[in-house]
Amino acid sequence: MSDKPLNLTVYVWRQKDAKDAGGLVKYDVKGVSSHASFLEMLDILNEQLIERGEEPVAFDADCREGICGMCSLVINGRPHGGFAGTTTCQVHMRHFKDGETIYIEPWRASSFPVVKDLVVDRSAFESIMQAGGFITNNCGSAGDANAIPVPKEQADRAFEAAACIGCGACVAACPNSSAMLFTAAKLAHMHFLPQGQAERMKRTKAMVDAMDAAGFGNCTNHYECEAACPKDISRDVIAMMNRGYAKASLTYRDPAAKSGE
Amino acid sequence: MNLDARVPSGPIDQKWSNAKFEMKLVNPANKRKYTVIVVGSGLAGGAAAATLAELGYNVLCFCFQDSPRRAHSIAAQGGINAAKNYQNDGDSVYRLFYDTVKGGDFRSREANVHRLAEVSVNIIDQATAMGVPFAREYGGTLANRSFGGAQVSRTFYARGQTGQQLLIGVYAALSRQIAAGKVKMFNRTEMLDLVVADGRAQGIVVRDLVSGKIESYAGHAVVLASGGYGNVFYLSTNAMGSNVTASYRAYKRGAGFANPCYTQIHPTCIPVSGDYQSKLTLMSESLRNDGRVWVPKSADDVAAASKDPGSIAEDKRDYYLERKYPSFGNLCPRDIASRAAKEACDDGRGVGPGGRGVYLDFRDAIKRDGEDTIREKYGNLFDMYERITGENPYRVPMRIYPAVHYTMGGLWVDYQLQSTIPGLFVLGEANFSDHGANRLGASALMQGLADGYFVIPYTLGNYLAGVPAKSLASTGSADFKRCETEVNERVARLMNVKGKRSVDSFHKELGQIMWEKCGMARNKEGLEQALQEIPELRERFWKEVTVLGGRDTFNQSLEKAGRVADFLEFGEVMCRDALEREESAGGHFRTEHQTADGEAKRDDEKFCHAAVWEYRGDGETPARHVEPLTFENVKLATRSYK
Repeated sequence: MSDKPLNLTVYVWRQKDAKDAGGLVKYDVKGVSSHASFLEMLDILNEQLIERGEEPVAFDADCREGICGMCSLVINGRPHGGFAGTTTCQVHMRHFKDGETIYIEPWRASSFPVVKDLVVDRSAFESIMQAGGFITNNCGSAGDANAIPVPKEQADRAFEAAACIGCGACVAACPNSSAMLFTAAKLAHMHFLPQGQAERMKRTKAMVDAMDAAGFGNCTNHYECEAACPKDISRDVIAMMNRGYAKASLTYRDPAAKSGE
Repeated sequence: MNLDARVPSGPIDQKWSNAKFEMKLVNPANKRKYTVIVVGSGLAGGAAAATLAELGYNVLCFCFQDSPRRAHSIAAQGGINAAKNYQNDGDSVYRLFYDTVKGGDFRSREANVHRLAEVSVNIIDQATAMGVPFAREYGGTLANRSFGGAQVSRTFYARGQTGQQLLIGVYAALSRQIAAGKVKMFNRTEMLDLVVADGRAQGIVVRDLVSGKIESYAGHAVVLASGGYGNVFYLSTNAMGSNVTASYRAYKRGAGFANPCYTQIHPTCIPVSGDYQSKLTLMSESLRNDGRVWVPKSADDVAAASKDPGSIAEDKRDYYLERKYPSFGNLCPRDIASRAAKEACDDGRGVGPGGRGVYLDFRDAIKRDGEDTIREKYGNLFDMYERITGENPYRVPMRIYPAVHYTMGGLWVDYQLQSTIPGLFVLGEANFSDHGANRLGASALMQGLADGYFVIPYTLGNYLAGVPAKSLASTGSADFKRCETEVNERVARLMNVKGKRSVDSFHKELGQIMWEKCGMARNKEGLEQALQEIPELRERFWKEVTVLGGRDTFNQSLEKAGRVADFLEFGEVMCRDALEREESAGGHFRTEHQTADGEAKRDDEKFCHAAVWEYRGDGETPARHVEPLTFENVKLATRSYK
């Protein structure tokens, strides 16, 4: 690994607000350490912009250690840069060469409108969660945690699905802007556990319906979502969701609906 | 300032039961007539918002992130303690209580800590019922591991992302209440002031971070769960957005701030690599279960050790934690492990660039258990390390150094978690009560959830029972308007400085002062210098800072400017507290007060108290009050992990 500082050309998507058309703007960023993170490179760019009296680039980032799911850039056409199991904030500049040109854009999906520059509005994910992404259990009513044994294999599979950080890279990567990997991961997390069984059918139907209502597209088996997922969530969860949805559509009846409807 | 802690009577193990029985209740039909404001959506705030809504209260919940699921609780890696004694290894509520009081170096309030240990067991039950996928044994029961400061295995975990899994559980419950209409969630909204009217907290003023609009909200009570202030150091393991503003604004409106000098420096973080660094990354304490910490015995071997650690023979390595603390070894508490790392580096034996690093070596564990076992336990942490440093920790030992991680100080609260302002309750890291001068690993998640799930639902009812439902303030009232005007003026002032320097450049400079003079080791001279330098820096900030972009729009520079402006005032309170506390305790190490072998030396005669600071106006020295701490159960003793 070379310790030589990098000089880069970056094209960054600038967009004043949701209504603005936006466009790519070219900047030169000089003297970036190869040990810096990708977002630190943007920090350096912003310092240079502020020095020149230009408004810095807006981008989302909070924990900067790959767990909060806040960061969200399409780097050279790939969500999170296309490095396996890595969020944008975990990408380091050692993966880039001196003199390289880098394109940086926001998530592209009609369900994720741009707020400003590289910042998007992901509240559509909230609506899916609110439709059924929970186990109904008021605080205080739980029995002893060891009373219901959960086989380790099941617990591990639930964990692997629950590792989703809700970043939205799956949607950004999909040609149909589908949110099926996200929704299916949430369902799989709960459905691998005994605690999630009681509301299984209702939950599946409600979350899938909410996903459709939010305008996300359907899955046409490109599996770009799986490739882009920084938490390596397997596309298998989508098949599990589809089976669950078919079953729920055929057999589940909302007890709140009046008879005959 | 009234610092009556309202600790219930009776023996320690009956205080919480007694308190619960004595508390007034709000009848279920009346709960829907009350509105509660919750600021923050992490484990404490999210759990409080969801649980209060389940009880029937109307909740308004605010977070500055784009989703409540992103609160910084999410980044906690290692685990959560609970006195379940599932391992049959001698744990009990009393032992967790004892370990926590001792771990906090006898500077916490006994009654609060005992309650924390009591409800810890319910947290695991509740989280499991919510679908938190904790690690399991093959038989299907929950798995445990051990953590620093304890000799039993009481830590529950979900690989290296326990915080995210617990927060998803909380977020799920919160989402259910949002859907039910009981919680109104305000994402990308930041609290900028607290409205106190008729001596009670009655509402908050916020800025909508997308539209830039300043708005007010009224509630019968305000619950602050806005986290800690570690970012006063600029570099810390906290998320970029973590800030002191909500707490500090409450302080300026009359809430006492307790023990601001108690900050936790975590021993195992990835060292700083350059001046562009924006944050530091923690490597979970759980790694110390299997990793051995060492530096070369002799400074002469540092160059060779930095180049090829494997070339240093066994007898030339100093496993200094095992040597100094044989009974706890690598699992001694964080403050002790951090200081020992600093000592080794000050001694010229630190490894890597700049000599600010020590090794955390898994060679022996891999030899003993095999690489697969180690991967199963810590795989994601090893991957995280490799991503950041470009080095493979299965082959080369990790290089680590202490970094700011958690703040034990916070707004003063009584046993009911109420601050010195009636109607203002403070939960989680934002309050001060449970961890004393040092927090043990896996106890922050426990405290956040204890406060949110199991304490505030009782104590808030007790308060609201005495507040008429009809007394909800109008946001059009003079008190609200005055507060809104002040917030607007402050935003305008930040926009109008129109200097040349970025907000970050000031934040970095403040961080440098804090780390050098109010960091791992402090002394009178340095603290007095800091108390000169911080006001000077603040003055320059208000002359030279530049905030580009508009105020009525999404503007991240403006968000940061407000937070840094508050840090520039708060840093001074911290240094003042550190200067006045003429003893060493936990994370607060005054070099003037140490034993012959370099351990912290408390002064129980003069400082067995919480120091509580009262704001008295800009430019005025705040007043220092004390809440005496009495230890009726755990005998005050010199902490020893030897």
